[in-house]
Amino acid sequence: MSVALLDRRLLLVTGKGGTGKTSVTAALALLAAQRGTRVLACEVDAKGNLSDFYESPRLSFRPREVQPGLFAMSMSTEEALQEYLRLQLHLPAIARIGPLARAFDFVATAAPGVREILTVGKLAYEARERNYGLVVADASASGHVIGQLVAPKAIDELVRVGPIHDQTGWMLDVLGDPAITGLVIVTTPEEMPVNETIELIGRVRAETDVELAAIVVNRVLPELFSHADEQVFERLREPEVAEAVAAGVGDEGGYGAGLSAVFEAARLAVTLRRTRAGHLDRLREALPAEVPMLFVPYLFTRGHGLRTTGQTAEALSAELGY
Amino acid sequence: MREAASFEQLLAAKEIVICCGAGGVGKTTVAAAAATMASVSLGGTVLVLTIDPARRLADALGLEALGNNETQVPPDVLRRAGIEPRGQLWAAMLDTKQSWDDLVRAHAPDARTAERILENPLYQNVSGRFVQSHEYIAMERLYEIHRSGRYDLIVVDTPPTRNAIDFLAAPDRMAEFFSSRLLRWITGPGRSRVVNLATRPFYQVADRLLGSQFLEDIAEFFLSFQTMYPGFIERATAVKRLLHDRRTTFVVVTTLENAPVREAEFFVSALADQKFHMGALVLNKVLPAYLLDADAARVAERLVAAAPAVAAAVPDAGDPATVERVLREVGVSFSNFEVVAKREAELRAELAQAAEVIVSVPSFETDIFDVGGLLRIGRAVWGS
Repeated sequence: MSVALLDRRLLLVTGKGGTGKTSVTAALALLAAQRGTRVLACEVDAKGNLSDFYESPRLSFRPREVQPGLFAMSMSTEEALQEYLRLQLHLPAIARIGPLARAFDFVATAAPGVREILTVGKLAYEARERNYGLVVADASASGHVIGQLVAPKAIDELVRVGPIHDQTGWMLDVLGDPAITGLVIVTTPEEMPVNETIELIGRVRAETDVELAAIVVNRVLPELFSHADEQVFERLREPEVAEAVAAGVGDEGGYGAGLSAVFEAARLAVTLRRTRAGHLDRLREALPAEVPMLFVPYLFTRGHGLRTTGQTAEALSAELGY
Repeated sequence: MREAASFEQLLAAKEIVICCGAGGVGKTTVAAAAATMASVSLGGTVLVLTIDPARRLADALGLEALGNNETQVPPDVLRRAGIEPRGQLWAAMLDTKQSWDDLVRAHAPDARTAERILENPLYQNVSGRFVQSHEYIAMERLYEIHRSGRYDLIVVDTPPTRNAIDFLAAPDRMAEFFSSRLLRWITGPGRSRVVNLATRPFYQVADRLLGSQFLEDIAEFFLSFQTMYPGFIERATAVKRLLHDRRTTFVVVTTLENAPVREAEFFVSALADQKFHMGALVLNKVLPAYLLDADAARVAERLVAAAPAVAAAVPDAGDPATVERVLREVGVSFSNFEVVAKREAELRAELAQAAEVIVSVPSFETDIFDVGGLLRIGRAVWGS
């Protein structure tokens, strides 16, 4: 039996760009906080817009309480490095500034995994220290997340001695422990996001020790009709019946533009839903049986803010059986 | 120069069209559709350079397993879609790793150095991620293909970046990286320079952190890489020049959702700041206009409010309870989509000043995965 999603201590949320990765991150963190956990939500990409989903001021490396019990921060590898040097290596301040920062920047540009390990290291550190009951990270998009997940391993192989090498061991332990860490992939029921998700599932299993905790399928359109409903719908669209519907509605023009547009919109909703169902079937087939798929409905709302984050959290709560 | 008044004129006047925008907005499909339409209606030899097309789309274009090579889309594929093409449509997919390897071979002073770089474990990791390597290599490939002179028009899809502007800066960053004082310092004369610096405080700290073996690996890697410096700088500069060339234009693709629109606005202003040519804005996956129809909205409201009465007016449509439920569902569904369509209309109004040419592509109900589908999009782009 795998660990319940919100009982883990570190959730890394990824997915193809445009699927709503940040919105799901925000909602998972909010849900956990509402259930009484002290939560840290962290956006890994400094240009992210996590703060929009909480309608909070801009986030920084220093966590800010955006909702009761919910803290949010924005990753900065530079600040993570400084914190690391101070806490882990007890380096004097003189070594942390100027040339070292520049040199680091240079090495990090070239050497694989250096930036990534600071990001993952900071997240794993927060999870290990239990400053928070749960850390939820809006990690990199699916194209780049593998690089983050394998960073400790890559560093472990490249840097063979010294304190950095020694640091990778516990990070690997944290990431590889399914009781602690879980990966969440966000997708929408569309062709490309589903393809990318299936591909990512394969790579996560082949290249990392991180457990896939859940797939969140975002923006799922509602099922409008049952089979019987649909037959009735077809009947209603027949011209003479539609004429009667228009009269019943009080549309003086008869079965004119108004009602036919309304019918057309329903037909569009049905077709969209059906096309997408095929992609979800494909995803289910590719997914190990024990990995849950959580569905978040398409939110027919005007904008995205705290209110929609709450609605998403509610949907996830229902899916998780709370 | 007269500005293009339509998308078609834009494509007829330019040699390179670079499609950019946030992830998930349909850049790849729009790029493929624009290229297809250009080959069909303008003629000439047109290439679409795609980054990561959906497998079915790649299959439809005959791109399967072709990787970096440019391949002609068989004219029969177009004929089967009911089109007699005037020109040729070619397609290529970008293979980042392969392109990097080619670049190293082209710029290394000799074959032995090239092999030494290609075999270095750091390179193997780095070529996948090095200084925005996707962004840079895409532009580099574009330069190479354009220089070949084989195509009248090249339409390019850009890699998914969080920050769509990154690839514009990639040639600069690449040049900057290679000119970096630190790089020269690390790889300065003498192979064991790094070790000789062991007395420097920086090195002591770095050594403590990383171990001298790792530092030497890095130095070794850069020493080899350094040999490519002159070629690289020259190339990065040429790539940059091409992006600014008047034959090159940018097409920003977005959906009418908040985040992609914000990114599109940012992109449009960044293009202007850096004096790139902004050709057109493509609004993709736009919901149908009838969702904004006021009569329809009123009908939908009535269907929800008076479902039992309306159901009673159509006694022979089926089980009354079912008819009532269906009518209500239909009304609710319309109102739901209306909310989204209104949001789209607002965002569209915000973007009205963003470009000379703004075109809309409707949201198609099914996936676009064949040439027929591309042509439907292409016609929408041409026609609006």
